[in-house]
Amino acid sequence: MPELRFRNLTLGYERHPAVHHLDGAVKNGALLAVIGPNGAGKTTLFRGIVGTLRPLAGSIECRRMDIRDIAFLPQVPDIDRSFPISVYDMVAMGLWRARGSFGGIGGKDRQAIAAAVAAVGLTGFEGRAIGTLSGGQMQRMLFARLLVQDARVIVLDEPFTAIDAKTSADLLELVRRWHSEGRIVLAALHDIDLVKAVFPETLLLAREPVAWGPTQEVLTSENLNKARRMCEAFDESAEACAVAAE
Amino acid sequence: MLFDTFIAPFADFAFMRRALAGMFALAVGAPPIGVFLMLRRMSLIGDAMAHAILPGAAVGFLLAGLSLFAMAGGGLAAGFLIAIGAGLISRSTPLKEDASLAAFFLISLAFGVTIVSLKGNNIDLMHFLFGSVLAIDRAALLLILGITSVSLIVLALIWRPLVLECVDPGFLRTVSRAGGPAHVAFLGLVVLNLVGGFQALGTLLAVGIMMLPAITSRFWARDVTGMMAVAVIGAAISGYAGLLLSYHANLPSGPAIILVAGFIYLLSIAVGPFGGLIWLALPRRHLEA
Repeated sequence: MPELRFRNLTLGYERHPAVHHLDGAVKNGALLAVIGPNGAGKTTLFRGIVGTLRPLAGSIECRRMDIRDIAFLPQVPDIDRSFPISVYDMVAMGLWRARGSFGGIGGKDRQAIAAAVAAVGLTGFEGRAIGTLSGGQMQRMLFARLLVQDARVIVLDEPFTAIDAKTSADLLELVRRWHSEGRIVLAALHDIDLVKAVFPETLLLAREPVAWGPTQEVLTSENLNKARRMCEAFDESAEACAVAAE
Repeated sequence: MLFDTFIAPFADFAFMRRALAGMFALAVGAPPIGVFLMLRRMSLIGDAMAHAILPGAAVGFLLAGLSLFAMAGGGLAAGFLIAIGAGLISRSTPLKEDASLAAFFLISLAFGVTIVSLKGNNIDLMHFLFGSVLAIDRAALLLILGITSVSLIVLALIWRPLVLECVDPGFLRTVSRAGGPAHVAFLGLVVLNLVGGFQALGTLLAVGIMMLPAITSRFWARDVTGMMAVAVIGAAISGYAGLLLSYHANLPSGPAIILVAGFIYLLSIAVGPFGGLIWLALPRRHLEA
């Protein structure tokens, strides 16, 4: 049974679609790469999935889920790095799903936080203010928070952009771990070789779906060229869409 | 000598004791709110909100004279109205919240001064703008204590979403819908504390006891709870020392309190352990790792 289903989904801004007429389902345990040129609608799709953008038409069905079952790592996190908060407290925020506004943080929670910090290689950094972290350390910390969130669906928007090879490799191990645990992982990526090596399933977007299926079948040069051409088409004075929404 | 200087004014005069108790109560409630305003880069929003309560308090004055509850009620109503109005306008137009608040507070200030002038004289106007901490009576003291208690309880209830909304609002939006209600409750606390401070310090200076100790605390503490503790202690010292200064030097008490808070701020810029200029100027050897 699919956990996430898109039905004739159109997402966008001010009536202009950024993702147009997407149909399909993400099955339980899927490891799905979402690829496409800049402006293809990857981030928009993720914003729709995590519920911060309402569809212009169609729907996203999340079976037996609420927003807390989805963990999201945005491409440019909206973090105030000057805020006086430690790495430990930032990672602990991942407990929101379990503890909410008032729940106490117990021994098991502290163990989970320590394990997550260790898994991303930040042991010893717990007391550091977040403003002192490098870009790679920041990304590691955000992955630790994802670990603590313990969500069924993990959505990563360009998680390996602007970080070095060692950090990417370490964080990729966590993605593999989540996949082996049966979680759904969706990741927007630009590195085609990485997608081929790690992700069994790919959605190629170019403001509308170009292809969706096993990675080898999707990543043909014909599809990639098609995506490039489609993404460059944008009409400021477009008419209302003729395809009826369901 | 020491007794005469530091204790006697409070031992001898009940109005000084009430003023001190009022300032201590304000010092516990307002600076923690100020710390959050500063961390959310909303330091000047407090100023705008303080002006916004003036017309409400003035309408209370117009209807019932210098009645504590009429003015406090009017101030609260006006403050909430403008906080909500500015929020609505920023959501439904291209204006940001600070811009719509700026527009509202300028209108409010002009409107408030006009209303006070209709009925009162210049002394009344001075009371509105700068307060009269030495005139705090039992009812005003109870009002300030009540506001401080409510403020601390609500702050404890919205603590986590408020911190999250400051540091990573995008994350909060993906895990909870508590951000919006927490923001509204927080603006409510700002208004509430300004109304509490209005009695003692007036609309122009009430924001001083909220913001100056909060801004000062950044030089003395690294985490939010530490900053709040420093801000509360700083505000209490400002209240005590300001009242003494006004007593001995025959200065207006509200401005004296804020001047002491300002002096502590300037001192902290110089010697505060976290970012104080003296530490930046002193050559210190760097660490190995």
